[in-house]
Amino acid sequence: MTVYPRLAHASAAAALCIVSAAASAGTLAIESWRIDDKTLWEEVLIPAFQRKNPGVTVKFTPTAPTEYDSSLTARLTAGTAGDLITCRPFDVSLNLYKKGHLEKLDGKPGMEHFPDSAKVAWQTDDGKDSYCMPMASVIHGFFYNKKIFSELKLSPPATQQEFFKVLDAVKASGKYTPLALGTADQWEAHQIVYTGIGPNYWKGEDGRKALLSGKKKFTDPEFISVWDTMAKWGPYLGKGASSQTYADSQNLFALGRAAIFPAGSWDIAYFRQQGNLDFAAFPPPVPAAGAPCYISDHTDIGIGVNPKSRNKDDAYKFLAWVGSQEFADLYTNKVMGFFSLSSHLIAVKDPVAKQMMDWRKSCGSTIRLNAQVMNRGEPNMETEMWNVDSQVLNGKMTPKQAADRIQAGFSKWYAPQK
Amino acid sequence: MRARLPWQVLAFLLPALLVYTTFSALPLVDTLRLSLYSTDEAGRQHLAGFANFHTLLSDPRWSAGFWNAMVNNLKFFGIHMLAQNPIGLLLAALLSLRGVKGAAAYRTLIFLPTLLSVVIIGFIWQLILSPLWGVAERMLGWVGLSSWFGPWLGEESSALITLSLVSVWQFVGIPMMLIYAALIAIPEEIIEAAVVDGSSPWRIFWRIRLPLILPTLGLVTILTFVANFNAFDLIYAVKGAVGGPNYSTDLLGTYFYRTFFGYQSQVGSPTMGATVATLMFLVILCGVAVYFFAVQRRLQRFTF
Repeated sequence: MTVYPRLAHASAAAALCIVSAAASAGTLAIESWRIDDKTLWEEVLIPAFQRKNPGVTVKFTPTAPTEYDSSLTARLTAGTAGDLITCRPFDVSLNLYKKGHLEKLDGKPGMEHFPDSAKVAWQTDDGKDSYCMPMASVIHGFFYNKKIFSELKLSPPATQQEFFKVLDAVKASGKYTPLALGTADQWEAHQIVYTGIGPNYWKGEDGRKALLSGKKKFTDPEFISVWDTMAKWGPYLGKGASSQTYADSQNLFALGRAAIFPAGSWDIAYFRQQGNLDFAAFPPPVPAAGAPCYISDHTDIGIGVNPKSRNKDDAYKFLAWVGSQEFADLYTNKVMGFFSLSSHLIAVKDPVAKQMMDWRKSCGSTIRLNAQVMNRGEPNMETEMWNVDSQVLNGKMTPKQAADRIQAGFSKWYAPQK
Repeated sequence: MRARLPWQVLAFLLPALLVYTTFSALPLVDTLRLSLYSTDEAGRQHLAGFANFHTLLSDPRWSAGFWNAMVNNLKFFGIHMLAQNPIGLLLAALLSLRGVKGAAAYRTLIFLPTLLSVVIIGFIWQLILSPLWGVAERMLGWVGLSSWFGPWLGEESSALITLSLVSVWQFVGIPMMLIYAALIAIPEEIIEAAVVDGSSPWRIFWRIRLPLILPTLGLVTILTFVANFNAFDLIYAVKGAVGGPNYSTDLLGTYFYRTFFGYQSQVGSPTMGATVATLMFLVILCGVAVYFFAVQRRLQRFTF
């Protein structure tokens, strides 16, 4: 009987030898959901890192976005996950940290290049521990087809009133769909529309923090009025918008059959691939002329270190490089539509991306309304929001009903709202 | 005559038994076990008795979604029973008539969708029914019905029915094949005797053929039941895991997926997910039990 434990020790030692051999060879694996960026990582980002750090092999191993969170958790629990983990913002990653699946990163080289506003998406609630390095944010606004606008002699609207005038003019022309938007996939109705146009109404961070502190409710006018606006969009959507998918909307706009596309900045890369579409962007129109503007500048993607990594030294080298000027520049200009969150100064080359990034100078930035803490309870606010926002767009639910339902779900579990 | 099992039988059964135990029985038992645990913040699991079941069935935050999925699932099953199986029976009856030209070709064509991947089926039907690029509206226009067309997959009132019918379209080949096999297995002498006695074809079908294929119809029913209550893939492929609009296409399968794996910002809970899975298992178990005790036993008498 005593033979077996010894044998186990021996094999464990042998395994350890193999592991340390692998570690000295310096191989890093990166977990990510950005399948679309695989070639970019392999052909641009990783070679750039290797020029600075010869001898380190880096593998980019993405999983489909819808399966990323579940399969990553499974791999982390089983101890087979990669060395570097791409982090979703807020609670999904916070959960991983609480379960010991992410390293604490405070004071690590590279972290000093990020402002607190960027780091908050990957910190514990008390702000004491950071566990992912911020990589990039996405900005929400509207794309418009320049050809259609010049044909109908329209200019990008600045206020809500002008916005509806433009929509009316496009509708009256009868040739184009005014708004390329559908509700089959539901998420755009919330992540692009409600949290995209809403900050102008609830004054960005002020409104978001007031909800968190319990001073404001979803039934207050600044939150209902966003649904009011959305309820007016119905007539400007394409035929059968209730079964129109996000891909359908993208196609409508790319084919030049729709004038305006409520967009996330990541769409820039998609429309650039579609060839010669001539488009530009305008920020969410403000409710009244001269009102201050706010944009949804959402911290979307970060990167952390797996505590079980066998090659932490190289992992930290890579992390320091992610915090560098070079990475910020490459990521912003090559992965179009993702904006570096670092404080490095970088020149944005794509004109539409530059337009969107410049909104940061004149408008207040905020993140998606319910991303922090509010999604923590049951019923899950994100899923509820997808549902009510699509129904408001489809005219199946009034703004008042939408507000009541979200507020009821929120106050059920969130103490400051009780 | 010794009752002892010969060792060869055991040896031949062993591989299958091992595979079944490892990949089917053990995970099932482990799921049942997991449903009795709950997870805390740090990811540790501890025994919680029937607390999960109590939450799922009595806390409105959970039970509303669960019962909604259950009702949708019953509708999904109902539409299959009303459409898939009668159409399967009709097709099988037509195909088993003597002298149908091209019967083999029809049989193959009708069975073909069953072999396709659900993802392809979902994608094709989404395209066909799309108000933007689909052919459905134009085809209805040919027969003057284009005003009937609507964004069926996007409307709360019609999305579940539409998806059920897509599923019927895909799987109608299976009841057809099973019933067809049963129909052609009916001995010719019985039919001939009935013809000699002067029965009409209609009467032969209702009084002789149908009773003889009842066991197969029972089998088809139970297969449909099990498949429908485990359904997930078509809904996920077309509507995603949220089962929109307004959860009108949310089945137990998608509800389980969201609970177990999480979705977007919703963090998955393996223990709560296991509870949902256990309830799904119990529902299916009850259905199968009812079938075996109430239906199958009586059916035995009609068979030879």
